[in-house]
Amino acid sequence: MANTLNPVTDTNTAANSITDVPHTHNNKLAADDTMLADQYKHIPGWGMDADDHDPAYPMRHYNGADHQRINYEKPPQQPVTVEILHSIERPTVSRVTSDRLPPKGLSGAIRRAAFKYSEANAMHWMGLILADRVNMVEGVIDDLRRGHIPNIIEERGWKAEWKYNRKGVIKEALIGAAIITAAIAFSSSKNKKKKALKAMRAMKAKVTS
Amino acid sequence: MIAMNFRGPYRIRVDRNKPEPEILHPQDAIVRVTRSCICGSDLHLYHGLVPDTRIGSTFGHEFTGIVEEVGSEVTKLKVGDHVLVPFNIACGACPLCKQEMYGNCAESNSMATAVAGIFGYSHTAGGFDGGQAEYVRVPYADISPIKIPDGMDIEDAVLLTDVTPTGYQAAEMGGIQKGDTVVVYGAGPIGLMAARCAWLFGAGRVIVIDHLEYRLEFARKFSFAEAYNFKEMDDPVVFVKRTTDWWGADVVIDAVGCDASGSAFQTVLGKKLLLQAGSATALHWAVNSVKRGGILSIIGVYGPPWNLFSIGSAMNKGITIRTNQASVKRLLPRLIDHIMTGRLSPKDIITHRMPLEEVSEGYHMFSAKRDNIIKAVLIPPKANVA
Repeated sequence: MANTLNPVTDTNTAANSITDVPHTHNNKLAADDTMLADQYKHIPGWGMDADDHDPAYPMRHYNGADHQRINYEKPPQQPVTVEILHSIERPTVSRVTSDRLPPKGLSGAIRRAAFKYSEANAMHWMGLILADRVNMVEGVIDDLRRGHIPNIIEERGWKAEWKYNRKGVIKEALIGAAIITAAIAFSSSKNKKKKALKAMRAMKAKVTS
Repeated sequence: MIAMNFRGPYRIRVDRNKPEPEILHPQDAIVRVTRSCICGSDLHLYHGLVPDTRIGSTFGHEFTGIVEEVGSEVTKLKVGDHVLVPFNIACGACPLCKQEMYGNCAESNSMATAVAGIFGYSHTAGGFDGGQAEYVRVPYADISPIKIPDGMDIEDAVLLTDVTPTGYQAAEMGGIQKGDTVVVYGAGPIGLMAARCAWLFGAGRVIVIDHLEYRLEFARKFSFAEAYNFKEMDDPVVFVKRTTDWWGADVVIDAVGCDASGSAFQTVLGKKLLLQAGSATALHWAVNSVKRGGILSIIGVYGPPWNLFSIGSAMNKGITIRTNQASVKRLLPRLIDHIMTGRLSPKDIITHRMPLEEVSEGYHMFSAKRDNIIKAVLIPPKANVA
């Protein structure tokens, strides 16, 4: 056989650099399954699940059950105790639902509006994304109202950043400090210029009067 | 109870007094969590890319736990059982469940028809609280959860709730024929598992493409794959063509989803301006990398609105696109067999174990790819198992 590349062996040696990639297709290298199995015997379970998988899931499990879609025996309905928004592409709520975080406030109003549109409509999804951002602000207001000031360092997991990327944190802090210093310096020099100009104008006005 | 609490993009805190869940439906169970994971798809929520992710949500769709309470109609589980809980919430009765499409159940999510109920995955997936907490309400407890088999490591068990079946199904949907060349975009936990499972279906060559060197190195060892860095390529599509005799891969798996790197245009449009469901760079490359008449398996998670990728090329090339959320319950028997016989060892991808109380650091590390993280497992204070 002219093409005797063993991709796995080569993989673990030289073939992992971009410049040394094998320029060949390994498809059907071996004449039969036995040869292939022998080629890959170092890989546990090679080829064990190869049979009977084409056509692939879910087609091969088709059993016509969806033709009985009206008459199937449904689980009992969970009592609905909070407002559940449901897609207008289905007739009602599902048999189980979550009672967590029902819509409320401005974000809730936006969510209700979004659910008037189908899942095919941009207004639905963009509305929900907008509601999420509004909800984030509501969360901060709610925290403050309850006397909780969000700990951004903790919430953003920056302890881990300090532990595993200390150099990067220091670098970013220095860059940030430099940008702020430059901005302050620029703004104060602009203010100084403005003040000097104002003083000159005042002096000029005094002289002419 | 202690639970993770989402406060907005990149902001998570730990609640210490969240009310414990209650039985709300006769087929519910309450489970005390023993292990939970942070999944790559949780990052899409963390980054604010999934619509209807409400403030106060608790994420986590990969978890194991001990049954603390059962509803009046639960017959298969009993208090004290140590169970693994698949991420799909499935009724077991609807026509989709009857066809083993447990990831598409018609009776678990009111909010969208595009996806079934998923624990801790936004109100778009039903609004159910997830497993990054001490206790979880598990609807339809008789259907998906199963007792962890005797002798199985709890870390293998928790990875059977999503990552292992999802990676396996990605390979399965590829319809891999013996000797096929399989390209996997993404060397995260799902990509690694998909690449590993591709061999089970008889792949002849498995190529993983990512941009993080430590993950590529992991792919070489864990997945027995060739692994290449797209940042070292002029164009990954041309790379794939060149390395397949200018033909294209027989099967391409998109295991990246909507947080893809590699295209400034896609990043700005999808991740900054939110004008599409995240960045579809990997999907676009996947369509173009597969051979004419080949199969594209999409397992990466995208938000529901829309994405920019070359559907025209897909049509002109005559490729078959197969995609779905993993149907975990369907795959469990086969995967348990693979694990118990040693053919698969999912726990090898776990690189970090941390207390639940450090969940915000865990998310940051996973998002920023610190400390060579591949997979993080959270351990609640009340786990009480070895």
